[in-house]
Amino acid sequence: METISFTSQLFQYLITGLTVGSVYAMVAVGFNIIYNVTEIINFAQGEFVMLGGLIMVFFHVGMALPLVLAFPATVILVTLVGILLDRLAISPIRQPSVLTLIIATIAASILIKGIAMFIWGKDPFDLPAFSGRNPITVMGAVIQPQYFWVIGFLIVVVIALSIFFDRTIIGKAMSACADNADAAKLVGINVKQMILLSFALSAAIGAVAGVTMTPISLMEYDRGAMLAVKGFGAAILGGLGSFPGAILGGLIMGAIESFGAGLVSSGYKDAFALIVLLAVLFFKPSGILGDIEISKIKRF
Amino acid sequence: MILKRITILITICLFSIGLLISCAEKPPEPKKTYKVGALFSVTGRTSFLGDPEKKTAEMIAEQINAAGGINGHNLELIVYDTEGDATKANLALKKLITQDKVSVVIGPSLSGTSLAVLPLAEQHEIPLISCAASYKIVHNEKTGKPYKWVFKTPQTDTMAVEAIYRRLKSYGLNYIAIMSVTTGFGASGRGELLRLAPKYGMNIIADEKYGPKDTDMTAQLTKIKGIGPQAIINWSVGPTQVTVLRNRSDLGMANILFFQSHGFGSRKNIELAAGAAEGVLAPLGACNIAELLTAYDVQRDVAMKYMQDYKTKYNEPLSSFGGHAWDAMYMVINALTEIGDDKVKIRDYLENNIKGFVGQHGVFNYSADDHNGLTDKAFAMVIVKDGDWSLAD
Repeated sequence: METISFTSQLFQYLITGLTVGSVYAMVAVGFNIIYNVTEIINFAQGEFVMLGGLIMVFFHVGMALPLVLAFPATVILVTLVGILLDRLAISPIRQPSVLTLIIATIAASILIKGIAMFIWGKDPFDLPAFSGRNPITVMGAVIQPQYFWVIGFLIVVVIALSIFFDRTIIGKAMSACADNADAAKLVGINVKQMILLSFALSAAIGAVAGVTMTPISLMEYDRGAMLAVKGFGAAILGGLGSFPGAILGGLIMGAIESFGAGLVSSGYKDAFALIVLLAVLFFKPSGILGDIEISKIKRF
Repeated sequence: MILKRITILITICLFSIGLLISCAEKPPEPKKTYKVGALFSVTGRTSFLGDPEKKTAEMIAEQINAAGGINGHNLELIVYDTEGDATKANLALKKLITQDKVSVVIGPSLSGTSLAVLPLAEQHEIPLISCAASYKIVHNEKTGKPYKWVFKTPQTDTMAVEAIYRRLKSYGLNYIAIMSVTTGFGASGRGELLRLAPKYGMNIIADEKYGPKDTDMTAQLTKIKGIGPQAIINWSVGPTQVTVLRNRSDLGMANILFFQSHGFGSRKNIELAAGAAEGVLAPLGACNIAELLTAYDVQRDVAMKYMQDYKTKYNEPLSSFGGHAWDAMYMVINALTEIGDDKVKIRDYLENNIKGFVGQHGVFNYSADDHNGLTDKAFAMVIVKDGDWSLAD
C-alpha cells in the first residue's frame, strides 16, 4: 500500500488551496472592479464564471475550435454579456440607489442562470485540460498541469490590471470614478462609460476564471452562486475595493479550506473560512488590506 | 384617443383568443379521464433526479394514450415541479388533491420532500408512491409498520451499503475510508455505512465530507492517502462524484479499490470522468445495465424496452432515476387497469396485488409490512471496464 508522508500531505494541501484560491481571487477582483466604480456588489459575478466555462465548452468541444481561438472568443462573448448587463439592467434604472442596483444584479444573475439552464441543460460539462492530464509529482505532492494555468492566469490578470489602472488614461479615469464620482464628472470623465467598462472588464476576468477552472472541476449552470459567495468572502477578507487584498483574500480562503479539510475536519471546511473572515472583520473591520478611512466615505 | 382604440383592439383580441381556445377544446371523452398526479424536482439542484423522472412518466403516459388509454379511459398525468423544496412539494400535493382531484400521486423525488408530504397523503387518504431512497418513507417509527397510504419504488441506502459490504467481505478487505457529500443523500448513506459497519466487521478509518458544490476534493483524498485504507466508498450524486474520481486518479490512488453509491448510475459519469472511472465499482439496478443482463433475467425485456424508448424519444442516455418513476407509473397503470380509479381500491391493490411485479429496479413484492417490496437482489455489482459498465464477477 502506497502512502504519503506528512510533509507531502501539507504541500499537497497548499497546492490545492492555492489553485482553488486563485479562482476565488479572480472572482473577488471582478467584484472589486465594479465596486470601485459604482459602489455596488455585482451578484451576477459568479454567473460570468459559469458562462465562461460553458461557452468555452461550446467553442472548444462543440465547435472544435482550437484553444487559442476559443479562449479569446469566449472572453469576448462573456464581455458582451457584461456590457448587456450594464446597458439593460443597471444604466436604465432612473434613480439609482446602491440597494436597487444590487437587487438588479441579483435579478440578472437568476435570469442568466435560467437562460444557461435552457441552453445547456442541467448536466455538468467537461473541458479537456490545456496541456494534458498527466500530473507532475513535486515533493511527493501531485500537481495537475492545469493548476499552473489557473495560477498563471491569475498572475497575468493581476499584472494586466495593475498596468491598466496605473499607466493608462482610461484606467486612471476609472480609478478617479472610484475615488470620487462627482469630482470625476466635473473634470470631464464620462462616468456612465466607466461603469460600462467596469462591467465589461469584470465579465472578462470572470470568463478567464471559468475557462481555466472548468478542466479541473467541470462546469454546470448553477455553479455561479457558490463561486460568488466565496469570491465575495475573499473580497471582504482582503478589504473591499483593494486589488492586492482581493488576491490575498482569495488565496487565504482557498488555503484555509484546504488545510481545514485535510488537517481538521472536511465537514466544517466552509466554516473555517467564514470563522477566519469573521475574526479578521472583528479585529480589522475594513479587511486585511482595506482602508478604514475610505470605507467610511463609501455608501456601502 | 389612440389609447382608447388600443384598449378596444386588445379587448377584441382577448375575446377572440378565448373563443378560439374554447372552440379548440375537444368534445368530452366518452369515458372518464383517469387522473394521476406527479411531484418531481424538475428544476433546481436536484433536477438530475426529477428531470428524467418527469420525462419517463410523460413518455409512458403518451404511450398508454396512443395505444387507446386504460380500458378506453384517457390517462391524464399532472406534473408539478417541487424544485426540491419541502414547502412547494406540500402546496403542490394539496393542489393535486383538492383542485386536480387526482386518484393517485407519484413522487416526490427526494427523501426530504417525501417525508414532508407524507402526513398530508395520510390525512387526505390518497395513495402516494415516492421515488426517493430513505427507508423512513415507508417505515413509521411509532408503529414499526409502513404508513398506510405511502409506498416507494427505489432501493434503500441500506441495501446498497449491504451490497458493498458483502462484496468487500468476499474480498477479505475490512479497512475502509468513506467519503460523503453533505446533502440528505450523502448524510443518509453515511449514516447507513457507519451503522452497518460493525455487522460486517468493517473498520472505518477515515470519514471525510465535502459540499455539493465543491470543486476539488484533493485535500480529503490526500488525507485518506496518508492513512492508507484498503478500499474507499464514496456516497454522492451529481458532478462531485466525478470530481472525486478525477482527483483520485491524479493523486495516483487508482490502485485502491473504489466504490460509488447507487447514485452513480449514469453513463454520463463515466464519460465525464475521462478515463478516471476505470475499475470503479457500484451497486446498480437493472435498468442501467440492460444489455448486460442475460436472456434468462426476468428484468431484461422491460429494461431493454425502456432504454430504447427513452433514448429514441429524448436522445440522451438513460439515468437510473427515471427507472424509479417507470416502476411507480406501471404499478399505477396496473392498478387502474384492474380496479379503476377509486383511491381506496388503488391502495389495496398496491398492497395486495403487487406481487412479482417486474420493474426497472427489481422485482417488487408489496405487502402490509413492506411498502418498498425489494430485496438486496435488486442490486447488481457493476464495474467500469473500457469506459462502460460490466458485471463484476
